[in-house]
Amino acid sequence: MASLPALLTLYFAQYVPRTAAGECFIFKTPWASAAEVSLSFSLDGLSVLFALLISGIGTLVCIYSGDYLKDHPQRGRFFCTLFLFMGSMLGVVLADHGIVLFVFWELTSISSYLLIGFDHRREAARSAALQALLVTGAGGLALLAGLILLGQAGGSMELSTLVHRGEAVRSHPLHLAIFLLILVGAFTKSAQFPFHFWLPNAMEAPTPVSTYLHSATMVKAGIYLLARLAPIWEGASIWSQVLIPVGGLTLLTGAALALVQTDLKRLLAYTTVSALGIMTLLLGIGSVSALQAATAFLLAHALYKGALFLVVGILDHEAGTREVTELGGLGGAMPVTALAAALAALSSAGFPPFLGFLAKEGMYSATLQAPGAWLPTGMVLLASVSFVAAAGLVGFKPFLGPKITASRTPHEASFSLWIGPLTAGILGLLLGLMPGAASEYLIGPALSAIHPGTVSSTLALWHGFDIKLLLSGTVFLLGTAVYFHWPRVCRGLNFLNASGGFAPSRWYAFGLEALLRVSRFQTRILQSGHLHLYLLIVILTTIGLVGASLLDHDVHVGLGRWKDIRPHEAILVAVILAATVMVVRSPSRLTAVVALGVVGYGVAMIFLLFSAPDLAMTQLSIETLSVILLVLVIFRLPRYSSYSNKLERMRDAGVALTAGALMTALILAATALQREARLVDFFAKNTLELAQGRNVVNVILVDFRGVDTLGEITVLSVAAIGVYALLKLKDIRTNDTTPRND
Amino acid sequence: MSTLILSTATRYLMPLLLLLSVHLLLRGHNEPGGGFVGGLVASAAFALYTIAHGVDQAKRMLRVDSKTLIGMGLFLALASGTFSLFAGDPFMTGLWMKEKLPTIGKVGTPVLFDAGVYCVVVGVTLTILFALAED
Repeated sequence: MASLPALLTLYFAQYVPRTAAGECFIFKTPWASAAEVSLSFSLDGLSVLFALLISGIGTLVCIYSGDYLKDHPQRGRFFCTLFLFMGSMLGVVLADHGIVLFVFWELTSISSYLLIGFDHRREAARSAALQALLVTGAGGLALLAGLILLGQAGGSMELSTLVHRGEAVRSHPLHLAIFLLILVGAFTKSAQFPFHFWLPNAMEAPTPVSTYLHSATMVKAGIYLLARLAPIWEGASIWSQVLIPVGGLTLLTGAALALVQTDLKRLLAYTTVSALGIMTLLLGIGSVSALQAATAFLLAHALYKGALFLVVGILDHEAGTREVTELGGLGGAMPVTALAAALAALSSAGFPPFLGFLAKEGMYSATLQAPGAWLPTGMVLLASVSFVAAAGLVGFKPFLGPKITASRTPHEASFSLWIGPLTAGILGLLLGLMPGAASEYLIGPALSAIHPGTVSSTLALWHGFDIKLLLSGTVFLLGTAVYFHWPRVCRGLNFLNASGGFAPSRWYAFGLEALLRVSRFQTRILQSGHLHLYLLIVILTTIGLVGASLLDHDVHVGLGRWKDIRPHEAILVAVILAATVMVVRSPSRLTAVVALGVVGYGVAMIFLLFSAPDLAMTQLSIETLSVILLVLVIFRLPRYSSYSNKLERMRDAGVALTAGALMTALILAATALQREARLVDFFAKNTLELAQGRNVVNVILVDFRGVDTLGEITVLSVAAIGVYALLKLKDIRTNDTTPRND
Repeated sequence: MSTLILSTATRYLMPLLLLLSVHLLLRGHNEPGGGFVGGLVASAAFALYTIAHGVDQAKRMLRVDSKTLIGMGLFLALASGTFSLFAGDPFMTGLWMKEKLPTIGKVGTPVLFDAGVYCVVVGVTLTILFALAED
């Protein structure tokens, strides 16, 4: 199972030296050429970094899930959706065309929905999945609008072209709308305040999914988008004016709420929210050092957070709980897992010489240089303190201290479970020890894609004794203090759980309820269950829409050919009219049906007289079968009686007459138009030549407009299944006396 | 509601009507006819048989389930369109054989498509008819 992502990792890794040299690969295939959408993908430093994360962590997650879901009956469905997600996510980071990006973006939302709701028998999983889908899906629609407007403003839908047209975009009259729409897309996906609430709820997903989608990859799609489009708004003040406050608010919300969680997964989810806030903040600052810190932190975070989530999954698996208060002293029983957890936690806490340390140092130097240095620095420091405490709670507390007796005796996890977190943890250490290689091959190339012109990045372990090292040390001490006094901190911050922090999720609940109320209301009005009301609505809508467009087009309707009517035609019309009156006036259903058949046969005769044998033949067969079917229906109906009062009948007569008048006008208009149409000539000339048939009507049906016919017979089939279900479902229900147990 | 006259007449009319329906289907490309009207005539033949002999007999006469017929027809129509994909043309480009076959005439994918339409129409009409006429 894991060989596919492993091969993908190798495939992307072979591009690393070349993207590091500044190359950018573009693959392009025409797709919907009429809409000027081509399947174009580009691979540069930023894409390669993300692609490696997606396929690399994907490999680890696949190995892990194979064991984690060993006995699950629906493991096939799980992997199927997981690979769907992997493909979509790779599509997002590789797409070069705005529409292609959007399609893959929405596919990640859909696969995320399916994965969060994997355990679909639980109500909580279902509603969390729906919440994530609605929030990110709504953001996706905003993104679509934003991308289309962006394409119009920049004159191209190719992102690689757009990033050079920042001037044109920024001077466009709709610039603000473009900017905000794209931000809504990115913020919903990357769980920025006030859209952050879906991410902790998404922890209903199986742990491998939380690892992969909701910490390492998918939630970073918004960050990716911001980074990808950053050159367009380079130096624009609106960029930092929006991104810095949103990022700051998000990181504070996440950091504070993380400390009041007792479920390890939710705790990690809130630190993820906080980390995403830091990345947004750094992108908002926009200086070279800030962008470098954001990229380094992105890589460090994906590695350590992925590992920590996998460790929590192992704990859940072995000890049977994720509650931080119920875990302790497992280090002796699970040494390898404890080692993996420690490696990841140290990187998360920003301890030297891990990659997390390099990223934190980078952050401090970036925020210290930013305008109004103390505010962003202070916020990042607070978040870092929270990270240190969280790292302790996840990475150390379950393994140290006195053993807390759980319901089962935990033992070391299998190889395929611990290899994932251990690999990610070791990578975090190795990359930290080799800052030169990390910045040359991974971070530097990504940076030059975000900020064209930056060639090299300068990550180093040792900067000498400076203020950054002092800050790192302080944060570490404070974080450790919070860790040791965590129960008290948790109680102190508990008011957050009850109040403000959850307000946005309450807006969501309110909005959803309002939406449901509106749809119930309009269903009650439009779908009352009375057939005659349905017909009335359908016919009135048709009259309104068709009539309006008829009036709008100002078609000349000619009635000047009275003299051409021959006597037998007049007689035929008189018969049809008489039969119509009979249909309406007859007190017996059977008579009405037969009269209706007479109307149909009359129309068939008219077709015959005007040399349309195909239509006449079809009409005759249709009428015959309709009469048979209607008689069978009448056979089942109760005795005929009139339920409607006189006023209602007047109304119905008015509607019917209007509809008839409209159809008449439409036919007259169509014949008036036809004289100018070139279609007749086209079909007369090409039917035999192109389609090898002499019957124009049939050739149109099966060849020229064959796809239409295919659609029509499909509709016909669906209708037949519907009729069959309506007639037969009642029988099945009454016959089925055995209770169902699914 | 079976009468001797109707059931005797049906015995002779049924094959004639079915033959006519196939004839209409096959000649549709050049003369008035086609899969749709052919299917309707075949359905009418079975409707007649249903009135004369009842639903169960008619179902036995049809041999396949009418709902299966719908699926088969849809598949046939869709499949006829995919032949051209193998020839490198867009979906549903008509392909024709060079030579005429005896009695059937010239054969091409549109004829196959029309046969699909024929099956769908028969299937749909008879599904509804049988469902209504039962019990």
